[in-house]
Amino acid sequence: MSEGTLILYAIYIFVLAVFVGFEVISKVPVQLHTPLMSGTNAIHGIVMLGGMLVLAQAHDLALLKWIGFAAVVLGSANLFGGFVVTDRMLEMFKSKKSGGRKS
Amino acid sequence: MNPKLLSDVAYLTSAILFIVGLKFLSHPRSARRGNQLAAIGMALAVVASLIFIWGGGHIEHGSDAGILIIVGILIGGVAGTIGARRVAITEMPQMVALLNGCGGGAAALISVVEYSRYMHAGESVDALGFGATLFGLIIGSLSFWGSLVAFGKLSGFMEKAITSTFQKLLTGAIFLGLITTLVWIGMGGGMNAFHLLIVLSFFFAILMVVPIGGADMPVVISLLNSFTGLAVAATGFSLREPALIISGTLVGASGTLLTLLMCKAMNRSITNVLFAGVGSGAVAASGGGAAGGAPKNVREISLEDTAVLLANVSSVVIVPGYGMAVAQAQHAARELADMLAKQGVEVKYAIHPVAGRMPGHMNVLLAEANVPYEQLFDLEQINPEFERTDVVLVVGANDVVNPAARHDKTSPIYGMPILDVDKAKHVIIIKRSLKPGFAGIDNELYYDPKTMMLFGDAKGVLSKLVEELKTQAA
Repeated sequence: MSEGTLILYAIYIFVLAVFVGFEVISKVPVQLHTPLMSGTNAIHGIVMLGGMLVLAQAHDLALLKWIGFAAVVLGSANLFGGFVVTDRMLEMFKSKKSGGRKS
Repeated sequence: MNPKLLSDVAYLTSAILFIVGLKFLSHPRSARRGNQLAAIGMALAVVASLIFIWGGGHIEHGSDAGILIIVGILIGGVAGTIGARRVAITEMPQMVALLNGCGGGAAALISVVEYSRYMHAGESVDALGFGATLFGLIIGSLSFWGSLVAFGKLSGFMEKAITSTFQKLLTGAIFLGLITTLVWIGMGGGMNAFHLLIVLSFFFAILMVVPIGGADMPVVISLLNSFTGLAVAATGFSLREPALIISGTLVGASGTLLTLLMCKAMNRSITNVLFAGVGSGAVAASGGGAAGGAPKNVREISLEDTAVLLANVSSVVIVPGYGMAVAQAQHAARELADMLAKQGVEVKYAIHPVAGRMPGHMNVLLAEANVPYEQLFDLEQINPEFERTDVVLVVGANDVVNPAARHDKTSPIYGMPILDVDKAKHVIIIKRSLKPGFAGIDNELYYDPKTMMLFGDAKGVLSKLVEELKTQAA
């Protein structure tokens, strides 16, 4: 595939993802605003993969390698922390009978 | 099967899981499953990426990059998980800000590496990838530093909005500086120009967020969250990684929409939130001054009288606010409600969309205390009912019940939909002092003749009310 076609594909993906992103949360009740924000926050933790990639490729430059390492650490914190925090928020939405924890 | 194809199929699957997960997250029943689906999608993407990096021969023999990747994931993962597990319910907004900052920081760092590689290797670059790298740096930095400021503000440092003409001019100047530096880079400015861009991005972020009042931080965090999404999408463009483009864009788009929904709940525009400096000292003074015409007498009520009053009416509405969250009084509130319900009093909770520090904050807290859904009423449902309500119990809420929002055009919260608690027969406000709320403005409701103040810590007062009701019933 030519370079131009690849770039065009990337733009296709971008444009379609914009529409899906708008469409998918168009009807959210207010009480779910916070968990939803937190959930989307966890999803952009995928930036960790980018960190892994640059770390793997920056073999000959020590400084860049450590910057890549820092990106992996930050991305990983975003990813794991994001899902755990969201789950804790949503855990509290359980129905009454199942019984929540005392704080 | 070749590693590239394998990882691409895995990325596609995880993208689908993210979309379905988001869909599920927007419905109360399926929300938790939605988050779990997204987490499964993420696990799949991470494993696929590991296979791709190892299997695809991206790590040279003798390189320690592979070990560093694993160590990095472990350090970040353990720190993030422990932080997320230990954080108190009331501090979750700060936690989200911090985690969002991590994501933004990661995107900015990746852009730094990418730019340096372009410079060192002199690789031929496509304009899109190059532009995306610069965009990723600026927006990622904005997210990182902005989130740290938001974290600080929510933790109680520099809560106030700080605005001045000088600050506005400086922000404008730095923005122009950013544009100029971008042009310089475009003309081959190299590493020097890039370093300048890093410094300017830092100052720009600080100057953008510091002027915004603490009460508006939820909207800011949501906006920065969508920015991080866009920054991640940008790194996806510069790394040619469709998984990052899809996920980042999804977050960018849905985050933007969510931010607008939050502004709508406060009847404000996003530009008003970002640039008006609501909650600064100057605005607060004018708001207070306007209300200052009325005589400032407050009526106090004792614990015992409150208990008697509550036990002898037929309908009570509890209005929770941030004060309840801070005092961890949600369990005490539920006990009181149960007690009253036993005595035949109808109890409802009125939830303002922006009560607390984040939309939905109160729902989360009350759900934690096992308050049934059916007792929670939102603004539109409950407002017509206040006229028929005997007693409104305001627990640590302030700005969301301030009648100035309805009539006082000089008030910074003018136009925000509020809970019309002043229409009820009696209003009892449980509060530690007469200190103004988070928006920094006085509340004329306190001086309303039918309002009675019950001073004290929300949790203590509510538990004592429960005791008092018990002794009275016995």
